[in-house]
Amino acid sequence: MSGSLFANALVSGLLLAGFYAAVSVGIAIAFGMLDVVNIAHPAFILLGSYAASVANSAFGIDPILTAAALSPAFFALGAVLYRLYHASFERRGREPLRGLAFFFGILFVTEVALILAFGVDYRSVNTGYIGTTWRFGAVDLPLRLFVPFVVSLAMTVGLQIFLSRTFFGRTVLAVGQDQVALHLMGVDPVRVKQLAFGISIATAGVAGALLVIIQPVQPSLGREYIGLVFAIPVLGGMGSIAGTLVGAAVLGIATSFTATFFGPSWAPAVSFGVLLLALAFRPSGLFGR
Amino acid sequence: MERSHARIAALVLAASFSAAAQEPLKIGFSMSLTGPLGGNGRAALLAMQMWAEDVNTKGGLLGRPVKFVYYDDQTNPANVPGLYNKLLDVDKVDLIVSSYGTNVIAPAIPVAMQRKMAFMTLFGTNPNGRFKYDRYFQIMPNGPDPAVGLTKGFFEVAMTMDPKPSTVALVGADAEYPHAALEGARTNVKAAGLKVVYDKTYPTTTTDFTPIVRAIQATNPDVVFVASYPPDSAGMIRAANEVALKTRQFGGAMIGVQYANLKTQLGPLLNGVVAWEVYAPEPTIKFPGVEQFLARYQPLAAAQQLDSLGFFLPPYAYAMMQIVGEAVQRVGKIDQAKIAEDIHSHEFSTVVGNVRFAKNGEWAEGRPLYVQYRGITGNGLEEWKKPGHEIVLWPKQWKSGDLRQPFDQNRK
Repeated sequence: MSGSLFANALVSGLLLAGFYAAVSVGIAIAFGMLDVVNIAHPAFILLGSYAASVANSAFGIDPILTAAALSPAFFALGAVLYRLYHASFERRGREPLRGLAFFFGILFVTEVALILAFGVDYRSVNTGYIGTTWRFGAVDLPLRLFVPFVVSLAMTVGLQIFLSRTFFGRTVLAVGQDQVALHLMGVDPVRVKQLAFGISIATAGVAGALLVIIQPVQPSLGREYIGLVFAIPVLGGMGSIAGTLVGAAVLGIATSFTATFFGPSWAPAVSFGVLLLALAFRPSGLFGR
Repeated sequence: MERSHARIAALVLAASFSAAAQEPLKIGFSMSLTGPLGGNGRAALLAMQMWAEDVNTKGGLLGRPVKFVYYDDQTNPANVPGLYNKLLDVDKVDLIVSSYGTNVIAPAIPVAMQRKMAFMTLFGTNPNGRFKYDRYFQIMPNGPDPAVGLTKGFFEVAMTMDPKPSTVALVGADAEYPHAALEGARTNVKAAGLKVVYDKTYPTTTTDFTPIVRAIQATNPDVVFVASYPPDSAGMIRAANEVALKTRQFGGAMIGVQYANLKTQLGPLLNGVVAWEVYAPEPTIKFPGVEQFLARYQPLAAAQQLDSLGFFLPPYAYAMMQIVGEAVQRVGKIDQAKIAEDIHSHEFSTVVGNVRFAKNGEWAEGRPLYVQYRGITGNGLEEWKKPGHEIVLWPKQWKSGDLRQPFDQNRK
């Protein structure tokens, strides 16, 4: 086993993990903390990708700047969507799984809307750093993956600090544990969930911008990420942002090492095998309670 | 009284004949209008619609206006059999043709066989290899042994290198088309006497291709052959650039690099890549009618946000319909056996040149092109329309230049 191959596989795995964390942290909030099975999360990621692509091709704006500028809009979209979901399902006492049909509908409607608006061809972005690779001895750092890694890390760590150190953040953690108790303390759990879901969708918008930096996108691409965006928060521990980061790292490194040393077609089997093994020993996930 | 009855009967008979003559001749198919191959599928559909418009302007087929009945298969093979059963049982189409791509052609063949339909297909790599259906036809110009024919040119180009290469890495996606292409590549590799140092596939959901390219680099191959779909073609080319892949020849049967979309996206990253094409705007290639076709197609495609170059599927989709139309017209009726027999026994003059089919429905003589991309300086489309950027290396009759190697030192 060559040292440089090993080092590069590790670096690739970590860079991939950064991207994985970005696409799944929203589900860690929505599903892990709020018990909302938002299977349409990848559709919002695609929405973010297309927004970034349009701004890039029309005005030459960097995708990450577009994501930052549009975060409030994605937040607002998430907040409105949650109100609709709450009125239709949660308020009527329906189990979260019943809301699946709602979110499946959102997934397909979003996909079709993207097709009608943009067609089915692949879209991508052009930036100064895509195509550039930093080399440190035998280790390569392609900026196409490194920049999304940095942004994702900043977003995930920022969320972790926000949720653990601010009052609102603690109410979000509390709403997933005991809504009644939270209500008794004078906090409206529905409002908290609405704002938290808004944050979840805002992260999807950012993840979309990172996705389109890494690879071309087309409207139905989101379906390929449904399994991944749920698997990582489950592996990391439901409701744990730190767990999502670690879960993403585990899967990213497993994927990269398998692809490098054993053959890429084994990568999904190994990655999800690791997931099953982890759950066998810790059913609540790595950082779950 | 008898005369008036006879007149009425004659009028009714004439009206019914007239109605039958005006009844559309329905051609049914599924097409990948969404999903990973949606972009190309839509471009193919536009070309087919251009053909239908041309035919209907001249009075249709058998005096009947041509009407397409089609559904989106979403590039999902599981959707295909049901759609073709619907086309035949519910929509009662007169003729069928295929969707685009090996993955969605293969599941339609059993339905065509069961109903004994003549089945013209659009760009599948040997999906009939197992079925051996005698009414199957393929417009992709791979030749009578399609998987081998598709990839032969890449390895013949490689063997022109001096000194000759000795090792090869083979890689492709885990899907029907790349599997078929790799199977053919292995036959060609064996014939060329090359040693395989890497032979693996990757899932179609792969996001990062750098570990794969690094693993390939670790085996130091002289030649790297890739069989891929559009997103992975882009991924492999980007990864080869980021890893600074050192090899003498890199490329293969990579779907996607033929489209305007990926050509503009990747731009100069394509320089040096040896890729499969079916048309190149080189002075050595002059298929009669293709330039007029492209001149009509390109503005229509641009208006519909489709592949605005049209060098890949569109001329062949149009040619496919030309062949079907000519055969039907010559046979004079909808008779699947006679239509198939007609296609087998005639040479057709189309916008992609003369086409004659072998016994197995593939082209009697293959002519996939292998080109080397050169001199691309930006991410615009206009460069690609001019000669000098897709140098035809193979086959010899259309060659417009020689291979420049090694790959890593010829990236301009």
